[in-house]
Amino acid sequence: MDAIILQTLNGLDKGSAYALIALGLTLIFGTLGVVNFAHGALFMIGAFCAVTLQRLLSASYTTLDETRTDFLGNPAKIETPYVEAWFGPDVGAGIIEWSVPLAILFSIPVMMLIGFAMERGLIKHFYKRPHADQILVTFGLAIVLQEIIKYFYGANPIPTPAPDALTGSFDFGALLGMDPNVIIYPYWRLVYFAFAALVIGAVFAFLQFTTFGMVVRAGMADRETVGLLGINIDKRFTIMFGLAACVAGLAGVMYAPINSPNYHMGMDFLVLSFVVVVVGGMGSLPGAVLAGFLLGILESFASMTQVINLIPGINQIIIYVVAIIVLLTRPRGLMGRKGVMEE
Amino acid sequence: MLGLGRKDFGLLVIVALLTLLAPFILNPFPSDSSLAQFNAGYPDLMQRFVIFGIFAIGFNILFGLTGYLSFGHAAFLGVGSYAAVWMFKLLTMNVIPAIILSVLIAGVFSLLIGYISLRRSGIYFSILTLAFAQMSFALAYSVLTPITNGETGLQIALDDPRILGVSQTADGSIPVTHLFGLEMRATEVVNMGPWQFQFSAGYYLCALLMLIAFYLAIRIFRSPFGMMLRAVKSNQQRLYYTGLNARPYTLAAFVISGMYAGLAGGLLAAMDPLAGAERMQWTASGEVVLMTILGGAGTLIGPVLGAGFIKYFENIFSKINDNVLHGWFAFLPDGIEDALVAVVHPFIGKGWHLTLGLLFVAVVIFLPGGLVEGGQRIARLFRRKPAPDTERAHQHTPAE
Amino acid sequence: MGILEVKDVNKRFGGLQALGDVNLSVRENTVHAIIGPNGAGKSTLLNCLVGKLIPDTGSVMFDGQSVLGRKPYEINQMGISRVFQTPEIFADLSVFENMMIPLFAKRDGSFRLHAFEGVGSERGLTQEAEAMLDEVNMLEKRDFHAGALSRGDKRRLEMAMCLIQRPRLLLLDEPTAGMARADTNNTIDLLKTIKAKRDITMCIIEHDMHVVFSLADRITVLAQGTPLVEDTPENIKGHPKVKEAYLGEAA
Repeated sequence: MDAIILQTLNGLDKGSAYALIALGLTLIFGTLGVVNFAHGALFMIGAFCAVTLQRLLSASYTTLDETRTDFLGNPAKIETPYVEAWFGPDVGAGIIEWSVPLAILFSIPVMMLIGFAMERGLIKHFYKRPHADQILVTFGLAIVLQEIIKYFYGANPIPTPAPDALTGSFDFGALLGMDPNVIIYPYWRLVYFAFAALVIGAVFAFLQFTTFGMVVRAGMADRETVGLLGINIDKRFTIMFGLAACVAGLAGVMYAPINSPNYHMGMDFLVLSFVVVVVGGMGSLPGAVLAGFLLGILESFASMTQVINLIPGINQIIIYVVAIIVLLTRPRGLMGRKGVMEE
Repeated sequence: MLGLGRKDFGLLVIVALLTLLAPFILNPFPSDSSLAQFNAGYPDLMQRFVIFGIFAIGFNILFGLTGYLSFGHAAFLGVGSYAAVWMFKLLTMNVIPAIILSVLIAGVFSLLIGYISLRRSGIYFSILTLAFAQMSFALAYSVLTPITNGETGLQIALDDPRILGVSQTADGSIPVTHLFGLEMRATEVVNMGPWQFQFSAGYYLCALLMLIAFYLAIRIFRSPFGMMLRAVKSNQQRLYYTGLNARPYTLAAFVISGMYAGLAGGLLAAMDPLAGAERMQWTASGEVVLMTILGGAGTLIGPVLGAGFIKYFENIFSKINDNVLHGWFAFLPDGIEDALVAVVHPFIGKGWHLTLGLLFVAVVIFLPGGLVEGGQRIARLFRRKPAPDTERAHQHTPAE
Repeated sequence: MGILEVKDVNKRFGGLQALGDVNLSVRENTVHAIIGPNGAGKSTLLNCLVGKLIPDTGSVMFDGQSVLGRKPYEINQMGISRVFQTPEIFADLSVFENMMIPLFAKRDGSFRLHAFEGVGSERGLTQEAEAMLDEVNMLEKRDFHAGALSRGDKRRLEMAMCLIQRPRLLLLDEPTAGMARADTNNTIDLLKTIKAKRDITMCIIEHDMHVVFSLADRITVLAQGTPLVEDTPENIKGHPKVKEAYLGEAA
């Protein structure tokens, strides 16, 4: 029992990331009809938003302290971050420490802008072109974005810690009345899951309860008819692209403490997210979310020692195996609508 | 000639001349000149030109003709490499059995993957092939370590059996790959004045095989089979209602292109007997897509050009550094010189991939026909004679 | 006994009875038209004949063999060709190649790995293709890009592609839909010449009465998924049931 709870919990953080990326991919595919291979790059850029903000906040000036000397006998250099100078040492240090959660606010406008620029500048010209062309151009774009990040931030992963208050672990088992130390779970993973649930909920609420969302959903169902009603769907779709970019970016920001950001993390997640979308059903938002969590948890179960002993290497390939089985037996995916991208 | 039309035969002759004379053509600069770094006529690089040429020619038979975009072809290349290295370990260092086995194994492997993947089309097909390739990659890295030697990669060793050869040479070192005694690494260096040309046995073996591969591709393109593949791309519905089953056609194309990839993988191992899982990664699959698109998908010569182009610039671009740039722009005033170097800097050296990505995006947007289309446009500009245009216009606006 | 025998075919889509107890017999070497108002089930019936849909109950026999459960390409190999409402051709290929594909399909079956000889090296087939193009007055457009043809030419090319397979039954799905009057008349003439030159059975689904009465030997009227009458054009013209079925349409 406790093993099941533990593995389910372990699967939640990856599952959340898959679900968030797949949600964005599906929003773009469902509204714009574009297969976006650059979506992983948006996730990666989100993670680097966290890195950037941390660096910006840590920007400091140097003063010389004549009273102390370093080992060469020169006056010691003291680095003081500007924020500490401005807000006092305690508040300043706090701000730096909480840079990852703060990066959520920072990343929203940044990702929106990147999303708008991508859609207006490039994607919009590919609506009418074949899916193969869309794949190719977004694939090229992904390489470009990845290389730009690599140019500015280097090729090595950059550790981006979460606030101290949220870095520890807690005894989840004890909360459920089980023996202590059976299920130890890091706070940040729980935070990530809660955050993902919040974002997903917000996206669904937005689509469900606003007029804007209603038009977009109508557009996903039947773009031409909505166009005929005289509604300017293109403008809304641009905003949807920005929103999808935001969702991917937020997923990346909060993932930074779990996995130190590096320039190719997007590609790694992209391949899996595509698989998630396909399993969930192309064009189905609930399908994408469900499949994301399902596959994340499945992956976590497959990494249990007992399972690996039974079927070696299963943890590496479980997601692909599931995808292949789903595609061959139920090409629409778990919750896909009939007629979306079928032959 | 050789069962080809005049134009195709001419193309084959041109490609043959280019590959056979490559050691001269690619080394136009004297070896002590400052431009020598742009020489590409050394065996290692030339081998990669033709090997990836084979890979791209094969990929083009699938993608160029049928429009099925596979994102997992590197898996077949990797499988071919592993098969070849195992042949070197178990049987003999002669490259012939290794190459044959790598083609066959890749063929079987692609039959398996193709049979499943081709039950879907469009983006589903792309994702299925991607999933299979990533799966192969993950397995090669982990569970299949006894066969693939995991992260280290498969290499030949002193204690390999090599039933038909020797485990080690007389002086106790690892034997080298050869073709009936002709060592693949054997290189003849010819100095002509300040120029230096290298003729490598390995390169000429690869070049010969690429010419055969190219010749076969031309025959396929012009055959009823090739026509059916283009028909698959054009209108599957009509094909079905004309009494033809598209699936065996696409599967045959998939297997043929998988075998081309296997041949390329086998040759990579024959030139340098090791095989690693990273050859199967999806970025490697993406690379052959880039080559084919960049050169011109669906054209005969495009993939060869694309492969040569990417491999050449990968080598040359990544060697240019700031010092070289300063050398080029030295004639300019200092300020402008530094500014120019700063602007160009992100695109060279390690930044080569950025250039490649931008180039690729530009080609997909502005030049869907790749370098071949670019060449045709330029040729049309220079010809000034608008003959082909009127001909086209005439064909496209027939009397109603 | 007709060449095509449809017996008690039913097809439902959810709650909609698209076809109800359809019986139809197409006699060899005649032109049989199926007419009916919109939504009468004409296209559904056609799709059941070519293997795109499988009826819930009933049988469809072609020349004594059942077509049910067979794939479209197998049904074509049995001798049924189909002309679509909007011409379906290989738009990226040349007119000549469009003609060669059905010829290869006829000779080599549904698949043959014929990967080494050039397309043009098949003298016999080439001549056959050119003769057929000549018959539909398109020989001078032999090397045109098929996608660049006018709509009328596409229609003629598609018919030529079907005819070159010498089908025993040619199905035509509203061959004049969306055409101007002059084009419609050209198509009628073309079909008449085609019919006059060879033994072929045609089954036309059509909306346009002018086309139907110019061509058909027999007519089946379909309404709400069920055949109302089957008779010669002369008798159909004044038939009260037909008028009734079409009144809603006319109004």
